[in-house]
Amino acid sequence: MKKLDRKQIAARLARDIPDGATVNLGIGLPTLVADYLPKDREIVLHSENGVLGIGPRPAPGAEDEDLINAGKEPVTMLKGGAFFHHADSFGMIRGRHLDYCVLGAFQVSVQGDLANWHTGAPDAIPAVGGAMDLAVGAKHVLVMMEHLSKEGTSKIVERCTYPLTGARCVNRIYTDLAVIDVKADGLHVVETVDGLSFEELQRLTGVPLKRLATAA
Amino acid sequence: MIDKFIASAAAALADVPDGATVMIGGFGNAGMPAELIDALIAQGAKALTIVNNNAGNADAGLAALIGAKRVNKILCSFPRQTDSWHFDKAYRAGELELELVPQGTLAERIRAAGAGIGAFYTPTAYGTRLAEGKEARRIGRRDYVLEYPIHADYALIKADRADRWGNLTYRMTARNFGPIMAAAARITVAQVRETVPLGELDPEIVVTPGIFVQRVVRIAPLRKAA
Repeated sequence: MKKLDRKQIAARLARDIPDGATVNLGIGLPTLVADYLPKDREIVLHSENGVLGIGPRPAPGAEDEDLINAGKEPVTMLKGGAFFHHADSFGMIRGRHLDYCVLGAFQVSVQGDLANWHTGAPDAIPAVGGAMDLAVGAKHVLVMMEHLSKEGTSKIVERCTYPLTGARCVNRIYTDLAVIDVKADGLHVVETVDGLSFEELQRLTGVPLKRLATAA
Repeated sequence: MIDKFIASAAAALADVPDGATVMIGGFGNAGMPAELIDALIAQGAKALTIVNNNAGNADAGLAALIGAKRVNKILCSFPRQTDSWHFDKAYRAGELELELVPQGTLAERIRAAGAGIGAFYTPTAYGTRLAEGKEARRIGRRDYVLEYPIHADYALIKADRADRWGNLTYRMTARNFGPIMAAAARITVAQVRETVPLGELDPEIVVTPGIFVQRVVRIAPLRKAA
């Protein structure tokens, strides 16, 4: 089996973002997706701190501390971009104006519940940022994560044991092993990596998976 | 005659009392009113409630205010950062109350205060720990959580240009919380890079109208070494 590395997961996800889409990439792993968006598509990146139309990273020395993304990294602007305040930015999110958001996850449940903001440890300092707004607001919520935890257990679970970010909000999961759709009747495997059978994926994942009707 | 220009950050914050609720703009360093925060630290007001997206980082600004034990409570969405050690220490020691608010709910609660809204229902956080104990309601086919506005005594924000009526423009993503905090506070103090004569700002490009701004302090940007 050829597991995907983080860049390969990002590249696989990027292929599914259509021309004309407006997309928010969560901080951390999802930010990688920006590097793989197909160049022949016009895709508008949103960041919750108040910007649409984010371009590539600035050249070294060309950073401007007033021009950053939600991860507080320096960015550039594309032609056609716009700035707006925080209430407008989250109005775009909650108001269902964003086509896609990409979030990392600790766990996703079979119903599409998402846990990605809190480990639940009693001494952990909680921080939520915009994750709960993105989870309820984007038209399509895409999750990008490793399939298994460091301990080797599936991060796709019957019920999330970590505190929820949003209930029944995830539409599609991209992992280092597979692409899986979350539908009303359960989890549908869209594809698996080379050398990984449906049966083996099912064994590793634990919760019931369905073969996508169109897949062999 | 209306003249909101104040000679110094210290003079602009001289009347902040103990126990005040103070909104502080900025997201990262963008829009962070660093000199106003320094002036608040020097001024000495304590038992403050602070509203900011974060809870300070490294040793300057809001982190220094927390480190000086001047903050009783903080409302924010993302306190934990790799260098938020002043917050972490005070929080773990139980010296600081945290109200964790999802970022969009934080923004909308601030906006609601400035817009005279009594409360609102938002879908964000429904079914999560952050909605526990809050009134929920199903409207149409979605579930919502009731949230109340956040008013403030003061807002400290950073803008780009201002005239003496307090009209403001911003620079790129430094805009972030500035416009909504300006409207939500009884007294809004804006630090700006440049002050201009009345009439210089095209009304079409004013982002925060002066009605929301009470005091303006010009803070010349540090010149970068050549």
